[in-house]
Amino acid sequence: MQRRVSVVENILGANDRIALDNRQKLNEAGVFTLNIMASPGAGKTALIERTVQQLIPSLRLAVIDGDIATSLDADRAAAAGAVAIQINTGGECHLDAIMLREALAQLDLTQFDLLIIENVGNLVCPVSFQLGAHKNVLVASIPEGDDKPYKYPGMYRGVDALVINKIDLLPYVTFSMEYFRRGVEILNPNVLTFPLSCRTGVGMHAWVEWLRDCAASK
Amino acid sequence: MHELSVTENLLDITLRHAQNAGATRITNIYLVIGQLSSIVDDSVKFYWDMIAKDTIAQKAILHFKRISIRLTCLDCSHEYEPTGDELSCPKCDGIHVKVLKGEEFYVEAIDIEK
Repeated sequence: MQRRVSVVENILGANDRIALDNRQKLNEAGVFTLNIMASPGAGKTALIERTVQQLIPSLRLAVIDGDIATSLDADRAAAAGAVAIQINTGGECHLDAIMLREALAQLDLTQFDLLIIENVGNLVCPVSFQLGAHKNVLVASIPEGDDKPYKYPGMYRGVDALVINKIDLLPYVTFSMEYFRRGVEILNPNVLTFPLSCRTGVGMHAWVEWLRDCAASK
Repeated sequence: MHELSVTENLLDITLRHAQNAGATRITNIYLVIGQLSSIVDDSVKFYWDMIAKDTIAQKAILHFKRISIRLTCLDCSHEYEPTGDELSCPKCDGIHVKVLKGEEFYVEAIDIEK
């Protein structure tokens, strides 16, 4: 005999529960945490390097880097002055809450004020897997084109802050800031935007000061 | 998207609910997937056949209820389902919108036999 059983359970609920647990640990230790996501090559690592250079020594920083292979990005963060941990995901194209939980266990969280997580370069999957960070950040870059908010609505909708990197290249590529911003605004009207260039330094001040304020609030 | 880890989570959820209900078999699984949640039905079915083997969910049929994006315009209160790439309000061209539907990603129900 057949009967229907009501379930109504989120398919990624298990990951979300571990993410909440991670968030609680970070709150207890007073560590403000960012999850930085982007396409490969948008400038996540360069942004983190510059950010670490500008915030150390006034803040104690840790960086957790997720990549399919190599420790190249964690090495760059460490060279900039942060305590850096590399997660090699073994082929998984995004970080998940379990991986973060394991990385957090390697750190004495009481020793840090700010934790930056660099997610795997990927504009699709990471946004579906909450980690427990306080803010989700997307790094978009000018050469990627102005249609990305329309093509990747899940990612653009799922972030609290949007860094628009490589604005120094605007004179050299076809990019309508108006069209781009319109796509962002429709799906994410409250997102904070930071147009900047990691390379020239323009716009970095607003981003760094925002992070300083966020870390101070924890 | 992550069809393998999605499918593994799906198996865990359905087996847990089936076991709690004392089921000997799961015959149907009803999923609700919004348009903003990207997932490929055929990939899920493919992984399902592999990982549900030798469980009570083995022969379950997966049903995917797709929910289109539904928006409401905060300027003129018009509700609409956008067609194509344009998400702005078709009535007043407004871009201040709220997502009403389209972000669902859950298991609604299962049919079991005891």
